[in-house]
Amino acid sequence: MPRRAVTLLKIATACACTAPAVWTVLRIFEVGGLSLGPNPVEELLHTVGKTSLNLLLVTLAVTPVRRLTGWNRLVTVRRMLGLFAFAYALLHVVVYLTLDRQLDMPTIVEDVVERPYITLGMLAVVLLVPLAVTSTNRMQRRLGRRWVTLHRLVYPIAILAVVHFWWQTKAKLDPEPLVYSAILALLLGARVKWFWQRRRVALRAAAAAEANR
Amino acid sequence: MKKSKQPDIKPSEITPESVYFNRRELLKAAVAAGLLPSIAGDAAAATVPPSGELANVSKWPDSLDEPSNAWEDITTYNNFYEFGTGKGDPARNAHMMKTRPWSVEVAGEAERTGTYTLEDILKPHALEERVYRFRCVEAWSMVVPWVGFPLADLLKRFEPTSRAKYVQFFTLYDPKQMPGVRYPVLDWPYREGLTIEEAMHPLTFVAVGLYGRVLPNQNGAPLRLVVPWKYGFKSIKSIVRIVFTERQPQTSWNMAAPHEYGFYSNVNPNVDHPRWSQATERKLGAGLFSSRVPTLMFNGYAEQVAHLYAGLDLVKNY
Repeated sequence: MPRRAVTLLKIATACACTAPAVWTVLRIFEVGGLSLGPNPVEELLHTVGKTSLNLLLVTLAVTPVRRLTGWNRLVTVRRMLGLFAFAYALLHVVVYLTLDRQLDMPTIVEDVVERPYITLGMLAVVLLVPLAVTSTNRMQRRLGRRWVTLHRLVYPIAILAVVHFWWQTKAKLDPEPLVYSAILALLLGARVKWFWQRRRVALRAAAAAEANR
Repeated sequence: MKKSKQPDIKPSEITPESVYFNRRELLKAAVAAGLLPSIAGDAAAATVPPSGELANVSKWPDSLDEPSNAWEDITTYNNFYEFGTGKGDPARNAHMMKTRPWSVEVAGEAERTGTYTLEDILKPHALEERVYRFRCVEAWSMVVPWVGFPLADLLKRFEPTSRAKYVQFFTLYDPKQMPGVRYPVLDWPYREGLTIEEAMHPLTFVAVGLYGRVLPNQNGAPLRLVVPWKYGFKSIKSIVRIVFTERQPQTSWNMAAPHEYGFYSNVNPNVDHPRWSQATERKLGAGLFSSRVPTLMFNGYAEQVAHLYAGLDLVKNY
């Protein structure tokens, strides 16, 4: 793929990732009849949270889509997708602490300690921090193989995020978190399958090498 | 907490599906032929059109002295899972529900059981406007100017027997009119219940209108309960069945998550939901920078209803 196409892909991704934020700002300022509705704090909190989860799942979809389509240059936007997911997750936390809880420390501590869905959500965001910090080329080079290991943290983070979403819905079989869970299961399932395939191939190669000796 | 058993249903009592799905047509024919019981009195005579303004609505003197939420807030932010679990889903989908003709089946421990048309149900009741606080179990609240009449006035007409200790209510269940029931989010049909003392309490209200207009479908047309000292889900919408029972009846949210939603579900800032605090609430329509406000015991109606629960452990009986 020519370099111009990569640049275009990056610009398109940046626009797509910024669009939800722009849309939300228009809703906050009620531009053109848009609004956040009767419960604006909750709507804002849920919108940025769900955008973060969406982007996290899109990030996790990069590798499977790349393998299925052979379009390897997709990997050039993976870091950007992950960083946008992190940015929306931070916004989610900021909205929760300020607008929702009005920085009332006792209730925030109570929430994080006593309400498991909030504990898990917080944990997910905290675990995203080292991934964001080590996302630069320099850090990637410096950490070498350990970088790959570290960034596998994204799998438990995604599980935490989906459980966090599921746990706060009132009905256990609410369709929306079910859909998110199914998508995540598919994305993680693909990795499990590849892992076992790689292992089998490696074992067979080892066996063949043994036989040829 | 006491658990109620499934009622025993004799095969002869089960309505064949073909009859059930054609009940509206059958009812129309039965009313035309004069077969259905008529309990219409001769008093005030409420006329409730299918939509539009309601006439002859008096003002209840004890209404809340607080500004009501906007029509927009009350009619676009709803929990009515039969039309979807999103807050905006009911406003989008509830137009699929037909509220005319409508009938209510009355059964159980009462003298005058049977199926009544909506017109028969409403006819004798004078309409009044009552402004009540409405507190959702999800920790948000609003102020609503309902139009309707006390539930006690309706229930007394069915002459409940001395064995009627509870009243159970059912919401319409019809997959053709309610896209949300395709998902097993709850065990359909939606059902709720009150003790007979709670049901007969003068604050317990049947709403048929809102802001002087006929109740929009997403708010539970054509008739719904309003029990202002309990969490919103107790105020069951679009009622098609009322059953007087001797034992505590099943209620939908209690069936779905018994440790989170009790039979009583009185608004109580001191007893948290297992997953969130009930100490404060967010008032709808107050804007992005508003703070949460403290939740009041029995949603501010303690003076009128606390005696109903004298001697009852409200932590155990949540």
